[in-house]
Amino acid sequence: MGILSLEPISGWGRHPVSRAAVERPETLRLPEGDTPVLPRGLGRSYGDAAVPATPGGRVIETTRADRVLDFDPEAGILTCEAGLSLAEVLRVFLPRGWFPPVTPGTKFVTIGGCVACDVHGKNHHRDGSFGNFVERLTLQAADGRVIECGPTRERELFLGTVGGMGLTGLITEVTLRLQPVESAWMRVDTEPVSGLAAMMDGLRDAAQDWPYTVGWIDCLADGASLGRGLLMRGRHAARWEAPAHAPSEPRRIAVPLDAPEFLLSPVLMRLFNSAYYRAHTRRRRAVAIVPYQGFFYPLDAVAGWNRLYGPRGFLQYQCVVPRAAGAGAVAALLERLAASGAASFLAVIKDCGPEADAYLSFPLEGTTLALDLPYRGPATEALVHQLNAMVIAAGGRVYLAKDAVTRAEDFARMTPRLAEWRRVRDRWDPERRFRSAQSVRVLGDQA
Amino acid sequence: MKAAVVGATRGMGRAVARLLAERGDAVALLGRDAAELETSARDLSARGARGTIATGHLDLAEPTEFSAALDRADQALGGLDTLVVTAGDFAAQDALERDAERLGRLLDVNFTATAVLCQLAAERFAARGGGTVCAFSSVAGDRARRSNYLYGASKAGLSAFLEGLGLAYADRHVRVICVRPGFVKTGMTAGLPVPPFAGEPDDVARVVVRALDRGTPVVYAPSIWRWVMLPIRLLPRAIMRRVRF
Repeated sequence: MGILSLEPISGWGRHPVSRAAVERPETLRLPEGDTPVLPRGLGRSYGDAAVPATPGGRVIETTRADRVLDFDPEAGILTCEAGLSLAEVLRVFLPRGWFPPVTPGTKFVTIGGCVACDVHGKNHHRDGSFGNFVERLTLQAADGRVIECGPTRERELFLGTVGGMGLTGLITEVTLRLQPVESAWMRVDTEPVSGLAAMMDGLRDAAQDWPYTVGWIDCLADGASLGRGLLMRGRHAARWEAPAHAPSEPRRIAVPLDAPEFLLSPVLMRLFNSAYYRAHTRRRRAVAIVPYQGFFYPLDAVAGWNRLYGPRGFLQYQCVVPRAAGAGAVAALLERLAASGAASFLAVIKDCGPEADAYLSFPLEGTTLALDLPYRGPATEALVHQLNAMVIAAGGRVYLAKDAVTRAEDFARMTPRLAEWRRVRDRWDPERRFRSAQSVRVLGDQA
Repeated sequence: MKAAVVGATRGMGRAVARLLAERGDAVALLGRDAAELETSARDLSARGARGTIATGHLDLAEPTEFSAALDRADQALGGLDTLVVTAGDFAAQDALERDAERLGRLLDVNFTATAVLCQLAAERFAARGGGTVCAFSSVAGDRARRSNYLYGASKAGLSAFLEGLGLAYADRHVRVICVRPGFVKTGMTAGLPVPPFAGEPDDVARVVVRALDRGTPVVYAPSIWRWVMLPIRLLPRAIMRRVRF
């Protein structure tokens, strides 16, 4: 094809924006030679994880490599090329009674991306993260060798690749276990919660009986209302309680333009959050059978919702603090956010189960918070650094799939198993052929 | 429908084969690379194809093999009634300008070989009472532009051929469909500047399968490209020259 023209490229948060030479191969193969490359899926990581290390860098977009290679209908074991999306897995396999074992808040992610970020979902307290369900990976290493790895085969490479942000090699094939479900409907129980302590207690109590739990927090509320929000618990509806028909695919609306920034002013955001909270507190507790899309992927109904944050984009901040740090650490983070006036549509709170063996996997046993911060330059970055300092003090960490500004020294303090991961990378990619804008920033790779 | 899809392992051909297989049509995947064909056949089966899925060798650079390839597909599916040719050659204009051999190959594959294959299939279908021949041309064939007239010419020739084929075989119940994709983000177009209205292979496949069902003679895919091309087709040459379009 000759010289590739450059495309603008960014994460879902649309900050930072760079340019890249993007390839979309139908069969995943590294280019000959030793040119630096970066694998990228559907571009739903928020920050700079799928942005090349240097403007004009080469990006291998995996989305065209989306074939199902094998499916065992008895055991639900799926082998596919890494660019297959969760949306496609759901479209093809949910009618046959199989559901992804772990899903993030959007279905527009590739299976390879789910592995590389070791994504987690509303069932983390019970099932852990995505890597727990991966039986085998095929990877093309920096020198071109094709390697198979898994929990019992080339285990160190496997543990470095799950959550390894695509920096250990090009993931080409994945074998994973789907979970059987009786219907495409969810039984969901929603309850208003008046404050943070009640929210954290509610999440912990619900974890005993419910496979899926999550809380929504109005993070602009402070004082006695700090941490108020909605607690949602869900499980896959049994055949007898679900409607006989499959839920229809929701109509997607699209955001055609970047929203003007005044819509994100703290005053309007405060009004929006309050109205949302009050709308749900009229009924004390609501139990409903709802389509799976509304429970797992509410934002997928709005194509290009990231444009609502305006032309400068936004940062999504997600951290986890260990249970030992207690509610105080979470309260301190929320207070800091409320004081900053950094508006957010949505803050999500969730309790996590034990951490995975994968070296860079994000979740650890404790509480995770995720929220959007409209990007306003150095002030927003300074706020993230302050929040990071609090997270480090509490023994927590941030999620690389969301991150765009964390400093290398802070990342090292958050990542106790970084040395083990670096050893894997030294073995499989000593020249750092795989690198990203994020790896330059948090790992000190050469730009 | 019992369809042979040429170029079914990649891009738009892959998407068309999937849509056909998902709704229960029998599909023969024809192409050059046996391993890729096998992988694509597994993909269709694992996704729950209900009709027969077969594979077979067909290389657009070997027209003498076309008849045997159609025979094999016919046998595997128990009677072929549809041919979809999505395969084609592509190279950047500057590469074609400099390399006569490369240019000759592209013209051969996109025009000569595709026309020979479609003619052969139309004659077969006509002999047994009817069928559908569908080939992928391009909006690049609608109007020659300085930046891609070599590729465009191969597709303009193909569009003209398909129009004539449709007229010639209409009485013998052979429907001919000319698909004119706009810019579609596939492996073939990777690295080219992405214009507005760029489409996805799945968008194209939906348009194509609808056209196969209805027998629409000319379809633009995604559909918006019909309206994008309308003013371009009407643009006076003097203006094209002046704006270096």
